[in-house]
Amino acid sequence: MFSLDSWIEIFKTISKNRLRTFLSGFTVALGIFIFIVLFGFGNGLKNQFKEFFLDDATNVLTLFAGKTSKPYKGFKSNRQIRLKNDDINDIKLNFNFFLENISPRITRYAQVSYELESDNYRTVGVSPSYQFFEKNILIKGRYLNEDDILNKNRYAVIGRLVEEDLFPIEKDPIGRYINIGSSPFKVVGVFKDSGGDNEERVIALPYTTRQLLEKNNDYVDQIKVSFRPELGYIGSMAFEKQLRGFLEEKKSIDPTDSRGIFIRNVSKQLNENQQFSSVLQYIVTFVGLGTLLAGIIGISNIMVFVVKERTKELGIRKALGASPRSVISTILLESILITTIFGYLGMISGVLLLNRIGTSLAEKYFIKNPFIDIYTAILSTIILIIFGAIAGYIPAKRASKIKPIEALNDE
Amino acid sequence: MIQIKNLHKSYKMGSSSLHVLKGINFSVKEGELVAIMGSSGSGKSTLLNILGMLDIANEGSYFLDDIEIKNLDETRAAKYRNQFLGFVFQSFNLINYKNAVENVALPLYYRGINRKERQLQALNFLEKVGLKEWSKHLPSELSGGQKQRVAIARALVSEPKVLLADEPTGALDSKTSHEVMSIIQKINNEGKTILVVTHEKEIAAMCKRVVTLKDGIIVEDKKIKQILLK
Repeated sequence: MFSLDSWIEIFKTISKNRLRTFLSGFTVALGIFIFIVLFGFGNGLKNQFKEFFLDDATNVLTLFAGKTSKPYKGFKSNRQIRLKNDDINDIKLNFNFFLENISPRITRYAQVSYELESDNYRTVGVSPSYQFFEKNILIKGRYLNEDDILNKNRYAVIGRLVEEDLFPIEKDPIGRYINIGSSPFKVVGVFKDSGGDNEERVIALPYTTRQLLEKNNDYVDQIKVSFRPELGYIGSMAFEKQLRGFLEEKKSIDPTDSRGIFIRNVSKQLNENQQFSSVLQYIVTFVGLGTLLAGIIGISNIMVFVVKERTKELGIRKALGASPRSVISTILLESILITTIFGYLGMISGVLLLNRIGTSLAEKYFIKNPFIDIYTAILSTIILIIFGAIAGYIPAKRASKIKPIEALNDE
Repeated sequence: MIQIKNLHKSYKMGSSSLHVLKGINFSVKEGELVAIMGSSGSGKSTLLNILGMLDIANEGSYFLDDIEIKNLDETRAAKYRNQFLGFVFQSFNLINYKNAVENVALPLYYRGINRKERQLQALNFLEKVGLKEWSKHLPSELSGGQKQRVAIARALVSEPKVLLADEPTGALDSKTSHEVMSIIQKINNEGKTILVVTHEKEIAAMCKRVVTLKDGIIVEDKKIKQILLK
């Protein structure tokens, strides 16, 4: 069965039936190629997805205030609720057990200039722990500190791209003054952020300084609260619920009114995202299996066709002394040889394509660094080869049983 | 060489069955050249197929060179066909993607003879049928007569005890028919036992003995004076 002679016979048969060889080989190569590319794309989609959602800290609640939609305790509905400095202190006092960090955020867009350079930037009035929420990394100077908050210092920490935009390369921005709106601020630090350009075109100020500039009020837009990560998803939900109850009580909001206080829970989002991500994984697997199945059906069709086409030849061979075994082994080895060679080619070209794509589809199609791990690639190729062999075996077995006289009469 | 006793064969055709051979008694000695004649439907091809182990009888005994051919599985039948029999068909039945010499060498491949030896012997037999210089041609590049000569070479290459020819001239014009029959006569004169199925009287007259079948039984079996071709 494995003698050199029978291999030579098989090679000759393959090379002299080029169209047939090409057709069946192409089916196999295409099947595995599509499988690998689709599977890789699925992985690329997941890559991009992870990047979108995992940049900022994930154990964070963000609190906003809105307008009430129900009258409560003598207050009319449609009352504007505002978060204030003392809310921050109250949360610190009452939720010490859950709390990790807390910072207000007052976002204002402002014209910022240094000497002749100027541009519009987002400024955030925050407390020192805000650095944690954004995962900002200091590259020069220092971040804001508690003194800055207490003294309402006119200090600013600028993003890397703000420095690049406003300051000439040879000038160190630390200690120099920039104008934010019409007020001069001293630059005390420069940070970078892995969340993209927008996150590096930001200027952080003490929130108390921002309030001072706005008629010395005590309003904050948002309060960001991070909880201890070991609380997990369930703990964060409990924390969120208690926090909402506390603030609604404090500000006399109907507990059934959902418009007064808003809380965005990143860990809830993350949980949803992870669910989405696993749905994505199911889809990728499903599509992959479907493609593989289509490939297998394709090979089966081709093999049935090949054996049918060769019925007469097999009859001749049997009349000349081919045993059923040699008929089966000829067809089988032929099909295995073809599926192995073309399956390998399909696999390699699929992997090469994925490697070439890299980040080029990330912007438009959200597919970043698509890949397939080598085990999945090889396993799927082997599965295809095995099923190709089974697909070849069944008609070959049948052909070997046909009486030679019937096969010879086949036209 | 061949002894057949009380051979019956019927084919199932849906619910009814078609009785094709109804008790054939018949024997062939070594070196004979026998024509099996009959109109179409007389059972002559069925008889040849049973002799060639391409088909199986329902009843009766068949001895080939004193070996009883009975209850053969496909593997044994294939081996016997390869060792004892050579086939020539009306439609040549050459493998279309193999050239002449490869076609001729095929029975030797199934006998397990090595490549060089196969090639040598195949060329030898092609020379015998006068086609040595055509050895590299594909069947599609050969005329009908040439194809049949290749088929004859292929039938002979395994040195069979009996050569079975089923209407070997059925697809050929009379001139090439004569060429083919002359080769068959030549081989017979070298001592090979040959059975030729034909419905043409002219072809039958070129054999040494004529067996006539009608409706599944032998109606006539006589030795004749052979018309020898050059």
